[in-house]
Amino acid sequence: MIAIVDYGMGNVASVTMAFKRLGYEVILTDDQNKLRAASHIVLPGVGSFQAAMDEIEQRGLLDFLKEMAQEKPFLGICLGMQLLFSEGYEGGKTKGLDLIPGTVERIETDYLLPHIGWNGLEIKPGNDAFQPYEGKHVYFVHSFQAKTDKDFLVATSEYGTEVPAIVKKDHVYGIQFHPEKSGEVGVNLLKTFLQEVAYVSHSSN
Amino acid sequence: MIVKRIIPCLDVKEGKVVKGTNFVSLRELGDPVQMASLYSQHGADEIIFLDISATNEGRQTMIDIVRETANQVFVPFTVGGGVRTVEDMTTLLKAGADKVGMNSAAVANPDLITEGANRFGSQCIVVAIDAKWFEDGWHVMTHGGKVDSGLDALEWAKTVEEKGAGEILLTSVDTDGVKDGFDIRLTKAVVDAVRIPVIASGGCGSPEHFPEVFQKTDVSAALAASIFHENTFTIGEVKDTCVREGVSIRESGF
Repeated sequence: MIAIVDYGMGNVASVTMAFKRLGYEVILTDDQNKLRAASHIVLPGVGSFQAAMDEIEQRGLLDFLKEMAQEKPFLGICLGMQLLFSEGYEGGKTKGLDLIPGTVERIETDYLLPHIGWNGLEIKPGNDAFQPYEGKHVYFVHSFQAKTDKDFLVATSEYGTEVPAIVKKDHVYGIQFHPEKSGEVGVNLLKTFLQEVAYVSHSSN
Repeated sequence: MIVKRIIPCLDVKEGKVVKGTNFVSLRELGDPVQMASLYSQHGADEIIFLDISATNEGRQTMIDIVRETANQVFVPFTVGGGVRTVEDMTTLLKAGADKVGMNSAAVANPDLITEGANRFGSQCIVVAIDAKWFEDGWHVMTHGGKVDSGLDALEWAKTVEEKGAGEILLTSVDTDGVKDGFDIRLTKAVVDAVRIPVIASGGCGSPEHFPEVFQKTDVSAALAASIFHENTFTIGEVKDTCVREGVSIRESGF
C-alpha cells in the first residue's frame, strides 16, 4: 500500500491514478497510523514552499514525516521534492524537512519563468536504474529549484542553467517534474522508483 | 532543452466535442474523455478543453469530464470557457485540471487574473486572447470572436502578463478555420511583446504549418483542432514533420 500525504496542497488525482495504473493500492491520508502502515510514502504538492510547510506543521506532521523518511521509501514530487531540502526562499526563508542538504531558490536563467513544458533528462553517472531515461522528455512546471551537492543528483535538465530533476539520498527520492503528467515515461519512472527503493531496502537489511 | 509543444484543442458543448469554422456552424464530433485519451496516446504534449456550453447543465457535465480526464490522461490539460470567478477556477482545478483559461471575463475584470495567480500560482492561469486585424492594429475580440472590445491586442498581452498570467493562448480570428497556416505576423508581434509562453492558434491546415510557426516565431506551443478531429492528419505526422524540419519536439511513447 502506497500512502500519499494529504495536506491540502494541490490536486493529487493524477498521482493516485498513476500508481493505481501500475497495479498498486493507494491511499490518500493525513492519518499517522495509516501512513505508518504504508510501504511507501509519497509527498506531492503544488503551491508555495512556506504555505506547504505551514500546512504540514498545522497537521502535526513535521516530526512524523522526518521519522517516516528514516524508516521507509519516501518520494517527494514537485513542491514535495523541494520540501525535502533544508530550507526554501519562496514566500520568505522557511525551514524544510531537511532530509537532503540544500536550499530551494528561484531559478537563475535568461529563459522564461516559470519553467513550463517538456524538457529532456540528463542522467548522472552511477544511476544505472535511471539510465534508460537519458534524453527522455518530462513535464516541468516550477520557478524554484533545488541547490544541492552533486552527490545527491540523479538527473538534471538544461534550462539556461542546470535544474535538478531527480534527487536522492539513501531511500529518500525527489522528482521536480510531474511524472503523473509525463505520459508513458512518467508512469515508468514511478515504477523504476518503486523497484529501485525496494532493492535498496533489501540490500540494507 | 525545452521542446515545442503540439496541442490539440477540444471544443466541448453540452458534454460533446464540436468544432466550428470561424467560430460558427458547430457540429458534433465525439466523447471528450475518449478523444483526450486517444490524443495523449498519440503523443499530444498537452490538451485544451474549451467549454462552450450554453447551459448550467452543460457546465456541470464539463466538471465530470475534467474529473474523468484527470483519471485517464497522463499529460497536462487546460480547461477554459465560462470561467468568471475564483470559485469557477477552484472547481475546475479541484476536479483535476492543471490550468484554467479565461477570456471575456479577464477583459471585463483584469484583476481576476491576479486573484487567480495569487491563489493558484501563475502557472495555472492561461489568458486566451482572440485577436482580429483592423486598420489601426489588432483588437481583442470577446464573446467567441464576435465582439470588438476596442483593446489593442499587444497592449492587452502586456497587461495580462503584468496581472500575473502564466501563459497566453493566442487565437487569430482572421486565420481561424481558414486552414492556410498560423497567423505569423500576429504571433510574432505578441511573442515579442511579452516574457511568458505563448500558444499559437487558428489557421492550421497541414502538418507543415507547425514547423513554419515554430521557425518564424519564438512561440512555445501551437494548437489545432479540426484537422486532428477529422483525421486529416495525426499528431504523429505533425511531430515527424517537425523533426524533419529540425524543430525540437518530444518523442512519443517509452
